[in-house]
Amino acid sequence: MSTADTAGTAGTAPGGAGPHEALGRYLEHIGRADEFAAIDLVLALLEQGVDAERLLLDLIAPAQRHVGELWAANEWSIAREHGATAVSERVVAAIAARVRPEPTRGRLTVACADGEYHALPTRLLAEVLRLRGWRVDFLGASVPGPHLITHLHQSGPDAVALGCALAIRLPRAHATITACQAVGVPVMAGGAGFGADGRYARLLGADAWAPSADVAAGLLERGDLTGPPNQAGAPVHLADEEYAHLTRRRAELLTRALRALARAYPPMAAYDPQQADATAADLGHLLDFLAAALYVDDARLFTGFIGWTGAVLAARGVPAEAVTVGLRVFHDELRDFPRSRHMLVQAAEAAPVPGPDQET
Amino acid sequence: MTRPPPPRGPGHALTAAAGLGPGPGPGERGLSRSPGEEVLRAIVEASGEGVVLCGADGVVVMLNAAAAEMAPEVVVGRSLCQGPAASLFEDGHPDGQSREGEHGRRRIRVRREAFGLGHRAWYLRDVTTESARTDAVLAERRRTDFLIEAGRRLSASLNMRRCARTAIELATPFLADAAMVVLPPSGRRHAGWLRLTGTDRRLQEGDVAVADTAQVPGLAEALAGFPPVPSRWLDPGQVPGWLLPDGFGAAGHLLVTPLPGNGVPAGALVLARHEDGPPFDEDVETLVRIFAARAGAAISAAALYQEQSATNAILSSDLLPPPLPALAGAELAGSLRAARQAGHIGGDFYDVYPPESGKGGDPLVVLGDVCGKGARAAVLAGHLRHCLRTLLLLEERPEQLVALLNRSLRGSPTPNSYATLVLGVLSAAPGGHVRVNLAVAGHPAPLILRLDGTVQECEAHGPMLGAFADAVLTPAGVDLAPGEVCLFYSDGITEAFGGPGGREMYGTQRLKAALAGCAGMPVAALVERLEQLSTDWLGGEVQDDRALLAVRARPAR
Repeated sequence: MSTADTAGTAGTAPGGAGPHEALGRYLEHIGRADEFAAIDLVLALLEQGVDAERLLLDLIAPAQRHVGELWAANEWSIAREHGATAVSERVVAAIAARVRPEPTRGRLTVACADGEYHALPTRLLAEVLRLRGWRVDFLGASVPGPHLITHLHQSGPDAVALGCALAIRLPRAHATITACQAVGVPVMAGGAGFGADGRYARLLGADAWAPSADVAAGLLERGDLTGPPNQAGAPVHLADEEYAHLTRRRAELLTRALRALARAYPPMAAYDPQQADATAADLGHLLDFLAAALYVDDARLFTGFIGWTGAVLAARGVPAEAVTVGLRVFHDELRDFPRSRHMLVQAAEAAPVPGPDQET
Repeated sequence: MTRPPPPRGPGHALTAAAGLGPGPGPGERGLSRSPGEEVLRAIVEASGEGVVLCGADGVVVMLNAAAAEMAPEVVVGRSLCQGPAASLFEDGHPDGQSREGEHGRRRIRVRREAFGLGHRAWYLRDVTTESARTDAVLAERRRTDFLIEAGRRLSASLNMRRCARTAIELATPFLADAAMVVLPPSGRRHAGWLRLTGTDRRLQEGDVAVADTAQVPGLAEALAGFPPVPSRWLDPGQVPGWLLPDGFGAAGHLLVTPLPGNGVPAGALVLARHEDGPPFDEDVETLVRIFAARAGAAISAAALYQEQSATNAILSSDLLPPPLPALAGAELAGSLRAARQAGHIGGDFYDVYPPESGKGGDPLVVLGDVCGKGARAAVLAGHLRHCLRTLLLLEERPEQLVALLNRSLRGSPTPNSYATLVLGVLSAAPGGHVRVNLAVAGHPAPLILRLDGTVQECEAHGPMLGAFADAVLTPAGVDLAPGEVCLFYSDGITEAFGGPGGREMYGTQRLKAALAGCAGMPVAALVERLEQLSTDWLGGEVQDDRALLAVRARPAR
């Protein structure tokens, strides 16, 4: 869906009272980073009797999905995206300040995986659980494993809900899951990073996985996470140590890949320091996704990322060649990494627009 | 027609010797010299097993003394399927296969074999001792497995409630139908408890007045750390209503065991079994005592840890970022990422001092970095923050405040009382502008983000606090138009080593470029973005504390 559609919906909504009708207006407000207008809109809906949980899940969550799409389509700048998200955070806080049910259930800890800064979906989950009567400690974005464990020792929750939006955080999320389970606390995983069907959550031994805040709350209410946690070992494919080698040699690989890329892609010579940094960051991202795909032994993870990144770059006028050149450079560098090479080949085959020199 | 050979054992020899087995037909019998009945009887008697021989109609033909001892009810001439021993000789069991049954006080292993065409032989073996031994070994193994599992799970947590919960999860249903841990009263008038039943695995929690614990036989004593009373002395009929969950019914057996902690009682474990359940025998009581010792050690270690971390939390609270107040003309946002390793909080801090309500004056913001880590750093940061609060009652000029703080630190008896900081006084200027009067002491100078996206470095500078007697400061004033930002940060941001090559310093240039990309963002988004970029740069490495505090002149609506 594009902005035009959304704006159209908003225009035709005759001052509708539901969260769906308000979506367009809400998106306009957060797009202008207009905190007060967004808060006023949401609090007015709350006043009119709209359920707080519906506001979180049927207004703020879909609006934030739009924001992500608008950024990916290069219609919104990163600054605008961040601004909009910051406003939504304030709106969530405003709802939380207004609706404060007495806790009637147990205690939960909700946190984002180490390195994960897409905190809003996890924050929404935390608020939904709070509304459903849990005592919730929300630890926020990018919670390092040791901090989380210290918190578990101190607060003793019934379970941990761990959010992971980007698959590159999976290895560290896995360490966190294992550590939580080792101190006797079961973990529920959620967020796009664990796969649309939660396959990585299962692979990494999470005690439960939920595709949405609603389902998560249901599982917890049903008592699905009351038993002792899983004690799973590491996935067997990690035995080849390819992931370990790749991450250990990340810096060296990137340096060499950047040099190779400069040879293969002459326009790079004219990059200013910021562009050079951005290119290095992009390559680093590519390597991180490859590492994550190795970690869960799933080429689809990497192929999916390449497809997505191709679309994002295309929206910004970056030639698709940039991605395929990057893939080839790593393919050449990673001679002793059979699983990586296989994934790179698969991704190159699936890459959106093959470069003209693909067959060479 | 072939038949599989019957299992080994004396029966085989008997079959062949009696000439009743398969093989030689009736016509051949005359050819061999068939043994008489006495020989047959002698062979049957010689067997180590009990042997009962009966005809096709199930009537007993012969039995040996061993069989008669094991099943005295079996009599020659009567059917096997009648009488008190009938259950041993059920017909449905396939030939050649053993099964075991209880008979009187014995445990008997029974096997049936076809014996010639028309007869059947039952072989009986008394396995009472043997199976008791096996049962004992199996029971011992279950207890050992239980204790291993208990040790593993109990040692996992340092949280008291989690340890207590694990203890009752382990105890039901293995040890009892319902288990409750009553936590030590810890000076209050109530003792918390956690409870679980074997059927409903949902945790129940509550508390009980310490005075009421005396209602449960043995509980007050157990909480006081006295040795456990054997279960048979405890009257389960006396238990008060709060002890067992609704629907549990009456308790048939009760066992109350102290949880001996590390020298201090860590509460008590109450176990209950249903009326129709087995009593707590001596073996179980011993097992429960060992289990209680492990659970108690875990709970008291957790209690100690929590006490210490509570103390640590109070000590370290001066390093925690405070909630930022709402100011009239400016927006604030901060982020503090402590490089916390093994509970050591680092020395970065920030704070905001709004003017005293009802009095005039301007808000002051400060961001600093004290020397050291952990509690020592926390004490020093606390010292600075309290000093500032007091000094603000008398002094408002940033450079004077810094000079006074310097004197205070130099006078401190604590060694290594050094700190760097940035101090800014925010005052309203015409047109929605905010004026920031800055003093910098040995700290990276704040950055200014202008509306057009350009970034400037503030000119203020000065030496670090606590090191020099005469600190000469160069203060500076910055004017922020609505929407413009003044960013305070600590060197943990700019001196972060990482990036694509892993060894590059982030540097002020990158921070400036990143800040320039944040033009127009709400101040919270700006701080979060800068923190995120810095975290990405570090690539998972935690090196130093990183603090950010941004002041934005409130943009016109």
